[in-house]
Amino acid sequence: MIFSYKLRIIQLEIDAEIGEAVLEKKRDFTLAGVRSQRIKEFLIERFFFVNGLLATLILLGIFSLLFAKGYPALKELGWKSFLFSAHWNPTSYEIPRYGILSLINSTLMVTLGALAFAVPLGVACAAFISEAAPPRIREILKPTVEVLAAIPSVVIGFLGIVLVNPVISTVFGISHGLNALNGSILLAVMALPTIISLSEDALKAVPKTYKEASYALGANRWQTIVRVSIPSALSGIIASIMLGMGRAIGETMTVLMATGNARALTFNFLDPIQTMTATIAIELGEVPYNTTHYYALFIIGFVLFLMTFLVNLVSDIILQKYQEVDR
Amino acid sequence: MKKKISEQLGFLVLTFSGIFVILILGVILFDVISKGIGVISWEFLTHPPREGMTKGGIFPALLGTFLVSVITVLFAVPLGMFAAIYLHEYARAGKLTRLIRLSIRNLSGVPSIVYGLFGVVIFVQTLNFGTSILSAGLTLGLLTLPWTVTACEEALKTVPKSYREGALALGATKWHSIRTNVLPYAIPGMLTGVILGLARAAGETAPILFTGAAFFLPHLPKSIFDQFMALPYHLYILATQHHAIDQVRPIAYGTALVLLALVFTLSLTAILVRYQYRKKMKG
Repeated sequence: MIFSYKLRIIQLEIDAEIGEAVLEKKRDFTLAGVRSQRIKEFLIERFFFVNGLLATLILLGIFSLLFAKGYPALKELGWKSFLFSAHWNPTSYEIPRYGILSLINSTLMVTLGALAFAVPLGVACAAFISEAAPPRIREILKPTVEVLAAIPSVVIGFLGIVLVNPVISTVFGISHGLNALNGSILLAVMALPTIISLSEDALKAVPKTYKEASYALGANRWQTIVRVSIPSALSGIIASIMLGMGRAIGETMTVLMATGNARALTFNFLDPIQTMTATIAIELGEVPYNTTHYYALFIIGFVLFLMTFLVNLVSDIILQKYQEVDR
Repeated sequence: MKKKISEQLGFLVLTFSGIFVILILGVILFDVISKGIGVISWEFLTHPPREGMTKGGIFPALLGTFLVSVITVLFAVPLGMFAAIYLHEYARAGKLTRLIRLSIRNLSGVPSIVYGLFGVVIFVQTLNFGTSILSAGLTLGLLTLPWTVTACEEALKTVPKSYREGALALGATKWHSIRTNVLPYAIPGMLTGVILGLARAAGETAPILFTGAAFFLPHLPKSIFDQFMALPYHLYILATQHHAIDQVRPIAYGTALVLLALVFTLSLTAILVRYQYRKKMKG
């Protein structure tokens, strides 16, 4: 500790010498020189400031662009026909229909299905890592979660077709297994890393004194996990679930490949469905630019954006609050 | 006694879920590796697809993914770095800074297909880059931007405050102290984030569907304004859109394996860089 501190001081001294050498050559200490230096510094700061604003500008840009591109369709067809109709059939020869209700329903189905798998498994796994796992297993589990998070969604979708699909069709005795259940399982795998790693962070942040007090009162380790650790970390766990949910709502390739893509309003997990993301992915490549159908796809994008934005915002608010309490 | 049994049962459930998660990854890796390794050969990596993609290799897709990644990095890294420098070195605590941070966190949650829509309108149509390597690279650049900013800021955080103060005390201007005393020490950390962002971008499919990825191209792209074949899109095509899906399944597995290997190699490199760097920073 002291040694590294000394090294740092030596390092600083070297830096200072270099700095001085540079300064002597470059800086001009006349009044004009100082002024030009100040202007330069000011401009540099402005430059970085503009770059800092970029994220906000892009977010606003995405929001307004989706709305602007979707607006013509909204004006032509009326927002009620979008939101309260379940028939999405823009390429029909008779009357093109633009109801996105079945698409929203499909998205919510796979998302909730995914959470039904991923939440219990993810929270239990997080509790295992932070409270119960022997060090050696923990050392395997943590990179496992990281690797799982790095797998591209198209690979997961592919495995949905070649692995999950035959299993579902055999277990339920149906002709093929490309349906909402398949999508839910795959999305669960994709949401798991988020839920596990953030829940684990939340569990780790629970003060040791809470647990010690619980032990002192005669509770065993299991009771302490269930009645003290998890409740204290609940806001962080909920935030992690919301983030996993946002990821599931917006996921495209896996559901595009594994849910069968049938535009029907259904509540049966063994039926093929078509989510909002899959609809955009399938149809945007085929429609001519700037037609009603094209604009309608931007409305789907806009609704999708709003949904994920809200979910992320809520999780963000929870996380911020929880960090404040933690301090 | 009852307490004891419930405790043991509870721990059994936790252990089981931990092992189950390891098992998920195990099954994924085993399936892809065992069925994909057979088709991997030098020819597979260096030759274009032949006979309606039922034979031959994936070279154009590999090249396409590489070229797009170059554009992504060239676009996202400087912007991400500048934004991080602003946030960590210049920004004062306040409403605006909070808004910027909120935007970054929210941007990282925007669905990738929405970036695709944005890319189509901005890069393909408005800026008239067409469906091209450039449009796709810029779209992926936007997607990786929030990650790049966060990673660069993390790297800046690891540089001790005293480094900056030392320079300032000697009369250096703020920018001078950042340039000579902060950035050199933060660069390796930033590199880690950049590589991780790259790994993510290389595996993304949805944003490039409409911004430049092509089903099949007989020639390699000649400029950044040409369309391209990409590894993840190629896998999507082979898995769902091909006329002889069963026949090309081995090639699809091979493509999946190459894609996984690419992403993992990048991630591993990032972890090694981070490890080396931490060791150095600790002195």
